Amino acid sequence: MPHPWIPNSAPEIKERMMKELGIESIDELFSDIPAKYKLNRLLNVGLGRPLSEYEVKKVFKEKLGKIAKLDNAPFLGGEYCVHYVPEVVKLVLRRDEFYTAYTPYQPEINQGILQALFEYQSLMAELYGVEVVNASMYDGSTALAEAIRMALRITRRRKIVISRGIGPLKLDVIRTWLRGLDVEISEVSLSQEDGTTSYESLEDLVDSRTAAVVISNPTFYGSIERRVDDIAGLVHSRGALFIVFSDPISLGVLKAPGDYGADIVVGEGQPLGLGVYYGGFTLGILGTRREMRFVRQLPGRLVGLAPTIGGGDRGFALVLQTREQHIRRERATSNITTNSALTAIAAAAYVMYMGGEGIRRLSRSILARTVYFLGKVRAELKGKALPLFARASYFKQVPVAFPGHDYNEVFKKLLEHGIVGGTPLGRYDSSFNNVGLFCFTEMHSRSLIDDLVRVLKEVLG
Amino acid sequence: MWRQSRWDEGIVPLKKGIRGLSPLIPYEHEFEDVDVDGAIPRELKRDELRIPSYSELDVVRHYVRLSQESYGVNTGPVPLGSCTMKYNPKVADIVVHEEIEQLHPDLPEEYVQGLLEILWELEQWLKEITGMDRCTFQVPAGAAGELAGVLMIKQYHALRGEKRDEIIVPDSAHGTNPASAAMAGFRVVTVPTANDGNVDMDALRSAVSEKTAGIMLTNPNTLGLFEERIEEIARLIHDVGGLLYYDGANLNGILGIARPGDMGFDIVHLNLHKTFASPHGGGGPGGAALCVKKELEELLPRPLLVKKGNHYYWDYTCSRCIGSIRVYYGNIPAIIRTYLYILSLGPQGLREVGEISVLNTNYLVKRLVSSGYYDLPYGTRPRKHEAVLSAARIRRDTGVTAEDIAKALIDRGLHAPTIYFPLIVEEALMIELTETETLYEIEQYAEALIEIARKAYENPEELKKMPLNTTVRRLDLARANHPKRLVLSTKYLMKEVMEKG
Ligand SMILES: Cc1ncc(COP(=O)(O)O)c(C=O)c1O
Repeated sequence: MPHPWIPNSAPEIKERMMKELGIESIDELFSDIPAKYKLNRLLNVGLGRPLSEYEVKKVFKEKLGKIAKLDNAPFLGGEYCVHYVPEVVKLVLRRDEFYTAYTPYQPEINQGILQALFEYQSLMAELYGVEVVNASMYDGSTALAEAIRMALRITRRRKIVISRGIGPLKLDVIRTWLRGLDVEISEVSLSQEDGTTSYESLEDLVDSRTAAVVISNPTFYGSIERRVDDIAGLVHSRGALFIVFSDPISLGVLKAPGDYGADIVVGEGQPLGLGVYYGGFTLGILGTRREMRFVRQLPGRLVGLAPTIGGGDRGFALVLQTREQHIRRERATSNITTNSALTAIAAAAYVMYMGGEGIRRLSRSILARTVYFLGKVRAELKGKALPLFARASYFKQVPVAFPGHDYNEVFKKLLEHGIVGGTPLGRYDSSFNNVGLFCFTEMHSRSLIDDLVRVLKEVLG
Repeated sequence: MWRQSRWDEGIVPLKKGIRGLSPLIPYEHEFEDVDVDGAIPRELKRDELRIPSYSELDVVRHYVRLSQESYGVNTGPVPLGSCTMKYNPKVADIVVHEEIEQLHPDLPEEYVQGLLEILWELEQWLKEITGMDRCTFQVPAGAAGELAGVLMIKQYHALRGEKRDEIIVPDSAHGTNPASAAMAGFRVVTVPTANDGNVDMDALRSAVSEKTAGIMLTNPNTLGLFEERIEEIARLIHDVGGLLYYDGANLNGILGIARPGDMGFDIVHLNLHKTFASPHGGGGPGGAALCVKKELEELLPRPLLVKKGNHYYWDYTCSRCIGSIRVYYGNIPAIIRTYLYILSLGPQGLREVGEISVLNTNYLVKRLVSSGYYDLPYGTRPRKHEAVLSAARIRRDTGVTAEDIAKALIDRGLHAPTIYFPLIVEEALMIELTETETLYEIEQYAEALIEIARKAYENPEELKKMPLNTTVRRLDLARANHPKRLVLSTKYLMKEVMEKG
């Protein structure tokens, strides 16, 4: 049946083409498929017939009708929080030349995409305090798994020491990605006191077999690490690498990981104006120092400056491709091919739109909201709720424990009042059944936070 | 004559900005009185962020200009073999929708039933399309599907108390196949391709053993040829207890016509950004599905979507599963686009996709081969989604390479095919038009390739100078890659500027 997305399905054209090929029926082009494997019937998919654009939209609308419309920004946290998506970023996502392009294998005809990716690499390098960031990974979790694999290759060691501050979701991903290798994973707990990675445990665990120490700063639980310089010193004195995962939006107020000794920096790009999309459509940030023994082991695509032949002009091109699967095959640094180029370009557009000043202001304002909420919890929910780590410094996320309550119940009661509370952590770690992880961003006004605390007070009785 | 835009845009963040500007932050003023001085440990305070500010119009122009220096399917044909660069229907753009944009994965399931219903229905359709029993969308792209797949193969054998450490991969395979197998700790055993473009069966027979964990195949293969002896291959592998992995990157050419599940494959990945018209975004994000036969369901990464009555929810229980490949559930916009694509085309349209993409391929092959310039290695069987032609004769006669031909194409505003892949074809031009190009565009493309070949014999030097009409002329990749000249971010430049004073 002819369809405008399949122009040569128009009968006249189809016949003309078949005639040119000297065939009577399209089936002749499939004569090499054994008869027993031919379907010989139509697939049972969709609504059983092609749909017009109007009808497709109707179906989609009907599904949207079964998705709750939230009046207020949720306080859900974990790997993602809601952040505002500026219209400028959407413009970038919708530019036809960007979103319908492939990886710029022919650099001369895709200078725009290459420059945009080079700028992304440069802006992320600024934020994270390193010189090299690749042209994107799938998301933060897989970028971290690849960072660890990279450290294993560089050091040729087989042990990884990971802070629990990485959080249960990324830990699960890391375990999966290391399954094929014979690697020992040691986990280090966070201090109950201040939510930082226990330095004493690190001293015990990091040894001459350790390839890397992995921390998150801020942690998955929002707590800010303190002894980062000591950790870096310890890690390096034992010949291991220091891997730091950071929320890019925290880096407006927090020191860049590269500036306190991180050898490999990792992040999830979603806070940079990318939307949440139920956890999809994100961006993995992965960078390292300007040293060839690191850069050669970096997975993923890299854009570099390239002169024209004979000089005289500058351009951009994919470089160091001999690290990649299409050339190195089973000896490649990774199998990654499709990455997150469009969201990387969008994130760069976001940073350009905000500017350094805007990022710092936003970061400070998120910090202020975090501090404001902590103050309210301590003052108004005394005896009913308390921050999980009493003496931690927090950024953006605060885990709140509700002693004597099942947080799932508290969460449900908040919903009844039209408030979507923090993520029930029991879902990911049963030892946290009474903990909710609350996230604060530019989408949360003072009155919204006040309402949250007021309703919490009410439902806790 | 076509000429691409050239704007000479300054490079951000070196491009000059404007001090003292920044967008308004929502509700910022409401928190100005909050004291944040002691909120961050002193040793962790950041003192500067060297990124300039720009006006909003500056930002818009910067990206509009950069986009004009770029080229995608909505600009002209992008017949990159193996990439299935088809039209990305505009109707699917409605997914970039406020209501989906802010959906958080930890929302209660009751709040997102409509979205879960889309995922569920699409899973049913993909099961039908592939002939498999269960799918997940968690894998972010094809390569990640491969990694999950080979980890499942590893787990499958481990659970049976067997230690098998070899994965068989044909020499025509995409680089991701051996790379994925190696990431999972397998040894890669490469089998050659026979003269008819099928896997060399004698070589395969001697490669198969009790150490074989599985085989990774794409069918049609990267030559665009259907693997005719797939039944025998499946039997060989299954007989020794191995599993068959299907790389779905090439499904377009048999869509609605034959199914990997019926051919004996145990695990299948689909690239939603290829076969199902989700955009490639200049490299990504894409989207993928990983589908398996019933016996392997419990090994799939978690969580899995479950339907009970009319209610959908996530099942996290994992006793034998491989864990999770990424956090949460996959690239939701790409998944929704796939849903809308299948809904739009229906069963008839999907079959038409398979048929016309193959018709287009063979039409182009006929044009090019009959020109007398290009050769079609591995026999004359009809090609499927793509064809791999060789410019080896042109190179021998004139010195003009596949790369020169690619540059001459982009000089005319036509994107080049994939070149130098698969590795088993000399001076390879791997062309995949897809079903969405018109006959007119196909004729133009063929004509361009023939003219370029003619020029190669008349004036090869002229081709070596191309492209002239693109944003920049031919780039010197050897210099760009030289370790001493490598520039990977503006930080390299700043250092140089500072060193020079
Ligand atoms: C044959 C083949 N297999 C696997 C892949 C990898 O898929 P993806 O890019 O989605 O990771 C590709 C695409 O690049 C391919 O062409």
